[in-house]
Amino acid sequence: MAFIEIEDLCFAYPSERGERRMALDHVSLSVEEGEFVAVLGTNGSGKSTLAKHLNAILLPTSGVCRVAGMDTRDGAHLWDVRQTVGMVFQNPDNQIIAAIVEDDVAFGPENLGVPSDEIRRRVDDALAAVGMTAFHGFAPHLLSGGQKQRVAIAGTLAMQTKCLVLDEPTAMLDPVGRKEVLDTVRRLHRESGITVIYITHFMEEAAAAQRVVVMEDGKVVEDGSPKEIFSRVDAMRKRGLDVPLAAEIAWRLRKQGIRLPEDIVTDEELAVALCR
Amino acid sequence: MLTDITIGQFFPGTSALHRMDPRAKLLLLLVLMAAIFVFDTPGGYAALTCLAIALAVSSGVPLSMYLRSLRPLWWILAFTFLIHLCATPGEVFFHIWIFDMTKEGLARGFFLCLRLALLIVFSSLLTFTTSPLSLTDGMERLLRPLKVVGVPAHELAMMMTIALRFVPTLIEETDTIMKAQQSRGADFSTGNALKRVRHLIPILVPLFISSFRRADELATAMEARCYRGGEGRTRMKELHVGGVDYAAAGATALLLAAMGAMKAAGV
Amino acid sequence: MPIELKGVTYTYMKGTPFERTALKDVSLTIADGSLTAIAGHTGSGKSTLVQHLNGILHPTKGEALVDGVSLEGKGKENLLARRKVGMVFQYPEQQLFEETVAADIAFGPKNLELSEEEINRRVRSAMEFVQLDYETYKDVSPFRLSGGQMRRVAIAGVLALEPSYLVLDEPTAGLDPQAREELLRRIAELHRKKKLTIIFVSHNMEDIARMAERVVFMHDGRILVDAPPSEAFFADEEMREAGLAAPPTVALLSRLREAGLPVEADAFTADEAAKRIAKAIRKKGGASC
Repeated sequence: MAFIEIEDLCFAYPSERGERRMALDHVSLSVEEGEFVAVLGTNGSGKSTLAKHLNAILLPTSGVCRVAGMDTRDGAHLWDVRQTVGMVFQNPDNQIIAAIVEDDVAFGPENLGVPSDEIRRRVDDALAAVGMTAFHGFAPHLLSGGQKQRVAIAGTLAMQTKCLVLDEPTAMLDPVGRKEVLDTVRRLHRESGITVIYITHFMEEAAAAQRVVVMEDGKVVEDGSPKEIFSRVDAMRKRGLDVPLAAEIAWRLRKQGIRLPEDIVTDEELAVALCR
Repeated sequence: MLTDITIGQFFPGTSALHRMDPRAKLLLLLVLMAAIFVFDTPGGYAALTCLAIALAVSSGVPLSMYLRSLRPLWWILAFTFLIHLCATPGEVFFHIWIFDMTKEGLARGFFLCLRLALLIVFSSLLTFTTSPLSLTDGMERLLRPLKVVGVPAHELAMMMTIALRFVPTLIEETDTIMKAQQSRGADFSTGNALKRVRHLIPILVPLFISSFRRADELATAMEARCYRGGEGRTRMKELHVGGVDYAAAGATALLLAAMGAMKAAGV
Repeated sequence: MPIELKGVTYTYMKGTPFERTALKDVSLTIADGSLTAIAGHTGSGKSTLVQHLNGILHPTKGEALVDGVSLEGKGKENLLARRKVGMVFQYPEQQLFEETVAADIAFGPKNLELSEEEINRRVRSAMEFVQLDYETYKDVSPFRLSGGQMRRVAIAGVLALEPSYLVLDEPTAGLDPQAREELLRRIAELHRKKKLTIIFVSHNMEDIARMAERVVFMHDGRILVDAPPSEAFFADEEMREAGLAAPPTVALLSRLREAGLPVEADAFTADEAAKRIAKAIRKKGGASC
């Protein structure tokens, strides 16, 4: 059994006139433990709605969402699901609860009723894991966007989360902050084997994943390795999405009759292909 | 500029005041505030003023910050002073138009202003040296016995925590919205009272909308981190009443006794 | 006539322990009809700088002039000078407050105390310019629109003031690729068709490379580089100091040059870069270096 199993999931937001808009339309997806999956899609494609199903913030209208074998609709497992899957949201300001960094990281384990000396240990470990130990006593408004997002990640690690779901964590950050967050997530994935589901608009970030899932109108329309997905430049553009620059240039060069392999995604690969 | 506000600000440090238990600080603050009203003799005020200055110096917070905390109130102070100066019957020492300034009024105005200033400084001593979280934590613990009569201690404390956390964020946001509307030609400083209130709409509406959005997102984030109310919740930082607190309580008791003696002696 | 900053220094929260000097003796002249990009890290002073361009902030030291008139002061001419510069803040959709799109866009012109017809004309023309159909959207609540549309309403609200200079702070932040693309095209058109002088702040080097005629890099409250893109993006040392990365096209072409392909690296769009590479390969005869 896969770590995350989504079967034929539909979700409709209730609307005021009674008609229901399908935000997720028969989605099936499974993610193995330890995978790093990027989710792409334009605004309104249903990717955030999908993310919110993974820790039972939203429950399926029909279909099933299982996390580590637990059905998210099963009230008895609600807190286990939320502890297993940690969420990081887009706006760094709206997910920090406490007025001091370390107190915020402690918020999750405090809710779980962990004894205080154990919380202390976890908070220290979590802050170290995201490289924010030096800022433990800071007020959040004095941190940069990238630092705030790292604090949010630490907050989930302190709950001993097995899976990190990040919903456009870098959309409001500058390039330095974006790199900080992506580097932190990659390192956590590499070193502690945490499962990562990373929703983003930035293709360079998606290229760092092992697998890319593309969503459109509430459906999963593509699912494959970054190389497979980004080599379909035409299809991606039709969906209103970018591809990494190297992939786009390789595609333009191929159209001009220059023979190049189909799976170029990084600058390095293009250089190697052109200068064989 | 809005971002110049210092009220409610916390200055991290290691002074004795910083190390005290927030519950002890809160209770002693209440006692001292009561003392300001009870021991209303020149001797009492002198003692309390000395105490306030000594504590402010020992807190390690720049003294200019205490003066700054008084600034929003200076015109209330000035007004109070003038009213009492002119409206207290007694020995007139200066006359202008219909106003008779009396010696009694001078003394009364001065002491009333001093009383207000002391209240502010003592409160600032608490907020400057206590992190918002331990402050609310302290309040929650103090209110906990009242839960039996229906006081939602945990919820109140959580509300306080969040409110304090978002003060800087919302100040910054208000500042941006004001600047943006000013760039669209909005004018907040002219016109009569009614006009001025109307001028606030372009600031208040965006601020409310954004606050609701923030509240909604924050609630989701809290739920995602397994928040389910105060039941079964533990704390990373347990509160401990220690030596500093007993010493402070002892010192306050002695001070009160001294002021009581002074009042009895009519000083 | 240009916008001029002369030796501008700006200090936040002067006289408190939080005092911070965000601009240090900055001088800058923005020529009429130019399109200038200002880049820099968060905290480099770029947002503080642009807030001086329409008198939202006044210099602690130095002066800010528009068409030779100081932006500081209560006089009629100072006010008129400030009004010449339109300012679109970061996430401008957060300032919308009216019940309908048209009413929100009319807020600025109303404050200018224009006639009813003139206000209507400006609202229509501003909406047309950001490609929101007047009849379809005028009575819609701005809060029911998508993020990209809300941003266009907010920009229309500034355009309706009919400024001669337009300052945009991070105009594409938080938009998805499609909305971003559309907005950049609108801005380029404002510059080309309306002959508006545009200053935009961004940390997206790709946007800057595509759009700007002149690039200003800020670091630690000072101007580090002030040059056309063809020079600015090759000032390696200064870019490293400012913590900025070269635009993706420049980085890619430089990498190819390193690998031995004789290609010029100063292309700023994917299309241009691909053409350069194709030319270089043909020149060399075949797909090898």
